[in-house]
Amino acid sequence: MDAALARAEQVAREDLVMFVNACFSCTGQREFYNDARGQAVSIEFLHAYILGNYRRLYARTLAAGINHFNQAQIILNLLATGKETRAEDKQEEGALIAAALRALPPQRAFRMLEVLRERRINNRRARAIVQEYLEGRPDPSFDAIKYRSKLRAAVSHGHLKLGGELNLFLFHGWRKRVYTTPLLEKFRQAHYDESAIFELPFTVAEGLAAKHRIPRDVFLKRIEPRLTAAERLRLQGAAAREDGVTLTMDLGRAPLTKLALYVLSLKPEVRRERRAELHAAMEQAAARTLRRASVPLGRVAAVLDNSYSASGSTEKRRRPLAVALAAHYLLSASAREYRAFWTNPVEEPLFMGARGQTDLATPLLDALDWMPHLVVVVSDGYDNDPPNAVAEVTRVFRTKLDPARRTSIVHANPVFASELYAPRGIGFHVPTVGVRDAEDLPTVLGFARFAEGAAPLSELEDYLAARVRMLLERGQRSQGTAKPLDATTEASGEPTAEEEE
Amino acid sequence: MARTEMKHILPTGLRLAPSQVWGSIRLVPVLRDEVRGDLRFARRTYNDDLTIVSLKGGLMEPGLKYISYVPHGLVMGWDDKSRSAGAVFGTQLHQPEGKALKVGPFTVRVLHRMAHREDKNRLRLLPLHLAMEGFLALHFGGPEVAWTEYSQEALSRGLDPRSEWSVPGWSSTAFDEALRIFEIHEQQVGVLIFHADLLLSAFIVSHPEDYRALHRALLEDFYGDLLLQYGFLGDVPPLSLSIDDRRVSSLGDLRAAITRMREDWGVFQGFMAGGVFGVEVSASTVYEAGPFHLQRFVTSLSPSEENHVGEVIMRGDGTLEYLKTYRLSAAQTRRAYLLKQLSQADWNLERAAVNLKTTRNELMLRLSNAGFGYLLKESVLQAALRQHQGRR
Repeated sequence: MDAALARAEQVAREDLVMFVNACFSCTGQREFYNDARGQAVSIEFLHAYILGNYRRLYARTLAAGINHFNQAQIILNLLATGKETRAEDKQEEGALIAAALRALPPQRAFRMLEVLRERRINNRRARAIVQEYLEGRPDPSFDAIKYRSKLRAAVSHGHLKLGGELNLFLFHGWRKRVYTTPLLEKFRQAHYDESAIFELPFTVAEGLAAKHRIPRDVFLKRIEPRLTAAERLRLQGAAAREDGVTLTMDLGRAPLTKLALYVLSLKPEVRRERRAELHAAMEQAAARTLRRASVPLGRVAAVLDNSYSASGSTEKRRRPLAVALAAHYLLSASAREYRAFWTNPVEEPLFMGARGQTDLATPLLDALDWMPHLVVVVSDGYDNDPPNAVAEVTRVFRTKLDPARRTSIVHANPVFASELYAPRGIGFHVPTVGVRDAEDLPTVLGFARFAEGAAPLSELEDYLAARVRMLLERGQRSQGTAKPLDATTEASGEPTAEEEE
Repeated sequence: MARTEMKHILPTGLRLAPSQVWGSIRLVPVLRDEVRGDLRFARRTYNDDLTIVSLKGGLMEPGLKYISYVPHGLVMGWDDKSRSAGAVFGTQLHQPEGKALKVGPFTVRVLHRMAHREDKNRLRLLPLHLAMEGFLALHFGGPEVAWTEYSQEALSRGLDPRSEWSVPGWSSTAFDEALRIFEIHEQQVGVLIFHADLLLSAFIVSHPEDYRALHRALLEDFYGDLLLQYGFLGDVPPLSLSIDDRRVSSLGDLRAAITRMREDWGVFQGFMAGGVFGVEVSASTVYEAGPFHLQRFVTSLSPSEENHVGEVIMRGDGTLEYLKTYRLSAAQTRRAYLLKQLSQADWNLERAAVNLKTTRNELMLRLSNAGFGYLLKESVLQAALRQHQGRR
């Protein structure tokens, strides 16, 4: 009987670790080795399986630091199957959904509201949660303009009443004669008057600019004060193509992985020219990330994969490479001693591209030679020169050369392998954890001990419960301080706005 | 007819790296450590539905023609004393080649020869078509002695028209995907393509940059039936070797074990490619381009072995500079084998049948089944058929 219980516990633990790991990395998008369809089927299966078997833990995964795509999926699935929630879990589940939804970047949250309608999820709890979310938004009229179709979908689907002129605005639009809310009035005017569009958020103004046939360079120059940080970063390339347009931005304030993606998108000669600036920005971004969640590390070696497969896919262009580059800066900032070992050696990490075969064994051996406390491997887990060599190295190293675990090895994998329902590993003796942004590395490294299989289920449950408490407390605090901001500050610097891939 | 010589194709100057597998396709990178850079290849694409290559006679004159779909050709540049292939490589202006014709909605291009010299040190060749033409032309003259069984047509025109069919690379989605995800090594100059772990084709050039540019073009080349034949066989195993941990006591040992593993891979894959490397082939020179002799070759054509045709360039010291092969299907081998047997018996059916340990009637049936019925007189063939059926 005991053996059966223990086995059940082991199965539960493995299922959960697999799920959380998948939720760290998978976004249902195309990867280098898998297509989008396979990824979506794979992750949907995992969601359905965990939801059906471990509902409470499924809800708590929301707090585990997983990526936004999976948070939205979990919220949707929980709302769709509210009837199956046990009475004692109801309150916690509701609070978790509300807190997670509030913490999502707005474009993802609003997209989720739209999917509620697509999937025909409509029940009392869902409506209440949507209503509460919309009431908690700092500036409803800004949302009404920027996410107009999505907000309208949510309002008509849930028969919600919004305050002020918003219901009128959503369903009559600019045909109404005049609005008293300034931003809504600007939006109406912008359909007739060129100068009014420069008061609107960029994404909305862009479409209206095309209607008024405003030249791209003039438009970019005049809309500049309205750009959010993410938009500024995204439009650097577009601005460079237009003569005389420069979008000034402080690169160091951009999120670390986003910045790495931007750096890697530049041509090699541009990177060479701007090396000092880019290097400083990466260091600054890494330092800022560490201020939020610091993990002091000792002697750390990083084995980083810059083989051709790190170029990602059309949907996730160069993401594995960007995660490796960002991890390089993050680890070098947090470790006392640090050395990087690339699969194809590079003179300067900032100049590299994804090229060549994957030989993980050689850099891993080089790293182990250096005798670090911790080796972090950032790779998609496919090694082909020779195949499976890295698994053999880790096996022999763990079982024969270092059974006392003086050196610990952790594998962080930015790529979800749909056929395995998990990120591909580098041998059974090394824990593999999924990662989407390098900023999550501290969280993910904390989770690695569960991936290794040594920690019991109860510990994993405690870990999740602690993270739930943290999320709920943080949610309450931010809810208490949320104040409606005026439109201009919101438009120029939406702090959490993170653009989709 | 060019002189034929027997020789062995050996991967001299080359090294095999561990394979990369996708589905049933295994691609083995071929690396070159010492790149001399005096022989370069570039791709020239033709956007025509059909290409006619005039083998004998002028461009638009009647004569022997080779007709096929040719998506691209290779332009080969080599060093002579005065200029270097590397320096001028890819800088020439490209003028339309041959003659383009419009036939209804289709376009047809007429080209000069399989290998056509364009400049002092530049040659345009149609890869694989060159070898295939050589294969089609085997015993093309037909019966040399006018034995009574042969039809009038066979005696006057030989095997003309002779045709074979093959499979374009893009007909296999697995092959497309395997090429897409393949990670090209820095010193890689070629690839061995295995399907269901049988050697399908080998492609080797002289310079790594050329290979990188030509890698995706492999999809447009043609391959043997084998590309489709085992299409549903499922995945080939990635073949992982393991390390004996009893023999490892330090990191240095571990490193040595990995090095050994890599060498084992090279040796094993060389063994897997034994159908081309090391076997005796009969080669004939097609073109002498400075120090480089472009040759086409065909293996033994014995039906019990795998058979390849291809073209090859070897340096004086035996270094393999260019190789492209095509694996013949079993039926293609059989056809070539029958022709070879007939030719060895001076086209005497009786004698050939004795050599093949069969009867004259059986041999005629085999010829007819192989698609060579048109060589024999209709009445003779029918008589053989009747006798065969009567006996059954």
